Amino acid sequence: MRKLISIELYKIFSKPRTYIGFGAIIIIVLALEFGILLEGDTIMGIIIQNIKERFMFQGNIINLYLVSYVILNTLWVDVPILVALVTGDLLAGEANAGTFRLILTRPISRVKLVFAKFIAGWIYSIMLVALLAILSIGIGQLLFGSGDLLVVTNKVNVFSSNDLLWRFAGAYAYGILGMTTVASLAFMLSSMSDNSIGPIIGTVASIMGITIISTVGATLLGPVNRFIFTSYLPSWQLFFQSDSGLATLPHAILIQFIYIALFLGITIWHFRKKDILS
Amino acid sequence: MEAYIEIHNLSKHYGPIKAVDDLSMQVLPGDIYGFLGPNGSGKSTTIRMMLSLIRPTNGQIMLFGQDLAKDRFKTLSRIGALIEKPDFYNYLSARKNLEILGKLSNITNLHSRVDEVLDIVGLLSRAKSVVRTYSLGMKQRLGIAQALLHKPDLIVLDEPTNGLDPQGQKEIRDLIKSLSRDSNITILISSHILYEIEQIANRMVIIDKGKALVEGNVQDLVNAQDRQVAFVIGDIAAGLKLINNSQWAEKMIKSDEERIYFKINKDEIPHLNTFMVENKLQIFAVEPVRSLEDFFLQLTYDEKVN
Repeated sequence: MRKLISIELYKIFSKPRTYIGFGAIIIIVLALEFGILLEGDTIMGIIIQNIKERFMFQGNIINLYLVSYVILNTLWVDVPILVALVTGDLLAGEANAGTFRLILTRPISRVKLVFAKFIAGWIYSIMLVALLAILSIGIGQLLFGSGDLLVVTNKVNVFSSNDLLWRFAGAYAYGILGMTTVASLAFMLSSMSDNSIGPIIGTVASIMGITIISTVGATLLGPVNRFIFTSYLPSWQLFFQSDSGLATLPHAILIQFIYIALFLGITIWHFRKKDILS
Repeated sequence: MEAYIEIHNLSKHYGPIKAVDDLSMQVLPGDIYGFLGPNGSGKSTTIRMMLSLIRPTNGQIMLFGQDLAKDRFKTLSRIGALIEKPDFYNYLSARKNLEILGKLSNITNLHSRVDEVLDIVGLLSRAKSVVRTYSLGMKQRLGIAQALLHKPDLIVLDEPTNGLDPQGQKEIRDLIKSLSRDSNITILISSHILYEIEQIANRMVIIDKGKALVEGNVQDLVNAQDRQVAFVIGDIAAGLKLINNSQWAEKMIKSDEERIYFKINKDEIPHLNTFMVENKLQIFAVEPVRSLEDFFLQLTYDEKVN
């Protein structure tokens, strides 16, 4: 199994498309960090306009934690696209290139191959989120320095800088889980297609479509929304709410695990009986 | 002698379409076995079923005396295959492609074995080149190299000369013959080109519409047919009129835009030639017809009619 995974990782990291993701993460982080450096004061002024008459703000509000918090929002917008770009190609790319004929005529198990590819895609997803974390915190430290984090939602939460490291670690760890769900969806669609464009677009369209439908029809779909995985992609935000907010985290994690198992199960079931015609 | 490949009543249906229909065949150790049929006759589907890429609808595939459905790993480890186009990871070098495939086949001393097979197919000097830069002929040879990598007892080649120029086709045919002769590898080669099979195979099956039409020794099948000749003439309409009104009509088999085909013995050829010349027909050539080719065409034609 380790041999299969190392082969799959080698293939992933030999493809130019893999580096699009890393390049995009670097560009996104740099653009956001320098954007905040240039316009951050103005934007922050607008955000806290209503509350600054009642509260007194002291210290460095625009700091590495605030910037990293802003960048974390890419976890449910940009990063899923980058994850799908590679994981949507894992099986469909082989079908498209005709290379299944080479590997599946050798004495290897289809199920093991699926697992090896999935794990390789998962490692890639972890690396994307890790790069996002390292860059946003690293460059944030250089450009902005430390400070407390002010999170304004329907209420104002202020987190001390001493209380933030574990929250960010948790948010990124949850981000990895969310991206694993996205990867497993793209992987499932990849097993059903003979070219990688379909699974990549299908994954992004599914996430956007389901998110829009569940947001617009929130009242109507209220009970169903609790069981839709896209509802929980932004649940990393729970780490930046009061501690009672974290109580809902186990449910979010459970839903993600159920969907990962479901998507992976369908992939194995489909790929085991698939006729290789390409 | 235990057959390397033994197929019993194999079928593959896609809805109402029968891609392979109750096919049976047998490949013996040491054979260069021709798998002949027109395009779309079910050759590739059969080969894919043999290699477990496609699930049969019905039937049984025995490889080396073992049921493929029950012992896939053991049987596949003794087979090398090149199916249709030689597709590789185009962004990797030939060596890296072979190393990946070698690891999947659990080959020991992989580096030296890769050198060995690249040398056999004449690609050692281009081992480090990215496959994207290879010509089709080079890719075909690399395809044969990957099929040989794990020292198989049987290699299955699906249309290995497809798309190659005549020189490339000859090189591949020579390579296949040398593999059989020097390495004692049993070879199953599919083709829609009869000449190719006639050149290299000792036994063959002809299939059409997924059904086996005839199986046997290539030479026996060649010799079973009467000799035929084709007269290439200038005015085919005048030629046909002349022949149809003569004693030669019963010897005529068919005609096309340039030729009239006869089934006659060797001694009759000069008489027929004289008859045509005396009747002012321009004769450009007298060609022997490849009897097996005609047999193949006749068989597949009969299938269509029936």
